[in-house]
Amino acid sequence: MTETLTGAQITVRLLERQGIHTVAGIPGGAILPIYDALGQSTQIHHVLARHEQGAGFMAQGMARSTGRPAVCLASSGPGATNLLTAIADAKLDSIPLVAITGQVPKAMIGTDAFQEVDTYGLSIPITKHNFLVSSAEELLEVIPRAFAIAASGRPGPVLVDIPKDVQMQAIEIAAWPAPGEHQPAPVADGWALSEAAGMINAARRPILYLGGGVVHAEAAAEAVELAEKADLPTVMTLMALGAMPVDHPLSLGMLGMHAARYTNLALDECDLLIAIGARFDDRATGKVAAFCPQAKIIHIDIDPAELDKIKTAHVGITADIREALIRLLPAVAASERTEWRQRVAALKAEHPLQMPGCDDPLSHFGLIRTVAACLDNEAVIATDVGQHQMWVAQAYPLRRPRQWLTSGGLGTMGFGVPAAIGAALAEPQRTVVCFTGDGSILMNIQELVTAAEENVNLKIILMNNATLGLVHQQQTLFYGERLFASQFKATPDFVKVAQGFGIAAVDLDQAANPCAALMEAINRPGPCLIHASIDAEQKVYPMVPPGAANRDMIGA
Amino acid sequence: MNALSQTERQTLSRAVLEIDVNNHAGVMSHVVGLFSRRAYNVEGILCLPLADSGQSRIWLLVNEDQRLPQMIKQVEKLEDVAAIRRHNADHAVFQNLEAFFRA
Repeated sequence: MTETLTGAQITVRLLERQGIHTVAGIPGGAILPIYDALGQSTQIHHVLARHEQGAGFMAQGMARSTGRPAVCLASSGPGATNLLTAIADAKLDSIPLVAITGQVPKAMIGTDAFQEVDTYGLSIPITKHNFLVSSAEELLEVIPRAFAIAASGRPGPVLVDIPKDVQMQAIEIAAWPAPGEHQPAPVADGWALSEAAGMINAARRPILYLGGGVVHAEAAAEAVELAEKADLPTVMTLMALGAMPVDHPLSLGMLGMHAARYTNLALDECDLLIAIGARFDDRATGKVAAFCPQAKIIHIDIDPAELDKIKTAHVGITADIREALIRLLPAVAASERTEWRQRVAALKAEHPLQMPGCDDPLSHFGLIRTVAACLDNEAVIATDVGQHQMWVAQAYPLRRPRQWLTSGGLGTMGFGVPAAIGAALAEPQRTVVCFTGDGSILMNIQELVTAAEENVNLKIILMNNATLGLVHQQQTLFYGERLFASQFKATPDFVKVAQGFGIAAVDLDQAANPCAALMEAINRPGPCLIHASIDAEQKVYPMVPPGAANRDMIGA
Repeated sequence: MNALSQTERQTLSRAVLEIDVNNHAGVMSHVVGLFSRRAYNVEGILCLPLADSGQSRIWLLVNEDQRLPQMIKQVEKLEDVAAIRRHNADHAVFQNLEAFFRA
């Protein structure tokens, strides 16, 4: 039986067939036919963001917490341009996203029509792939393909730009295409895998280096199994935190610019680096020529372009990480590397991560640890970008893949609150905590009202030092203490702001018992902002100065 | 100093890329965008559709550069690229075009 449907109805039906239950967006003229159809859907809940960038980050929060592609919607022109930052952020962190934008009618494209912008052209360098749809029939191929591309291989954002006349064009549909699914990756080269196993077995001072790809590939359990079987001290990138519990005996925590000293010093001594789903980002490696100078490198990644991009691998393997690890494991000998473990333990004893003020809930580290003490591993921890982000990365006991949502590659201030809302929408059974700063929260503060409207179980911990903390830190350390444009002269009353947006707010500065106030706020369902003042002179330490080798850290 | 003419030197330092792509508007932007964002100059471009296939073939003349292997991998990742092959600069495709390129 055929039915006659418009392009807009077809789009919504195809989203339903993809199993989409929540989308975030903002309507506007050029996407109104799709919104009209969306309003008739009984399956899809539309979350009305207050800025398209917020909608993009909400979709990211859904995708990061579940691993499945999530959808955001925007109109043409400014709607589309406002989405771009969230799309670029998804590209750099390999997050599966399907962004759908309205476009002016085909006949008006190229005329500088009202709210016309070259969305296709603008999105080329920041998407994994993009489409400008030219007919309603084409939607039947494009929408499933967009989901397949977003979820397959190295995940990433896909943009589908749909002119208004295509949304309104009615066609007869006789059959529906299969939903777009994750396509299997090419299988790992067996010879290279056995070569890798031989190198691991022969190594004396190996280190396992896990990246975000381990999380994307759902391969954390296999990675931990490899570490345990071969007795491999393990470092994680910012994106991989949680892949191995940070308090696992083999975990050396995060590597790179704000790692503990012992972590970077251990890397300096390793003779084999086993990089899994990691891309040798400059914040992880420091000065590349001095990164793991004695080490041979095994590099396993699903993206062949990452192999040999920054460091030439002795064995490079393009594969789905989980499949590669499952096949690698039997070939790896169960080992005990007592001497190397003792050396790492000695480095740790000599150069541990310093967390001063850890017992004071009104200090930066103390606040983070107190929040952690109120929660279990089921909680989701999101951050914004800045000093607070690095302190949480250093101090929060992350123990579960997909527990940790942070903007790594693009480092986008304003990421935290909407991404946390998205995670709370996708996983309503969890408590979602967003650590943020006074600089970051203002970049998407309008989404507090979305949090109120959706009544999400979100706790925002605002660490307020009235500065752009990392800028302040760099100016202090590297620009002769010439502080400029990094201290806010006027600061809002964030408690009143939150209350004005309709969410509960607590000021720990004023609380007679900050611990009790914090616990009560976290345990009360619904959105809440928890404000705490932080000393602006505190630095993120230790730190690798820009351009320096990881072994040359300063501070603490 | 050496006996190489300018043409010969250019020949030595250049490469020709042959790229099979889906034939639709926007593919060229995807391909050349990978070069322009890296400030990697494309010296020559030829593109024509392949008969009865829905595909086109793009020929690029580029300077040899240590980044070229990475560029080829990046081009290979594009959804609309079916295949990429690397040739030496003496490949026939850009020969005999001088007549069209006199100032």
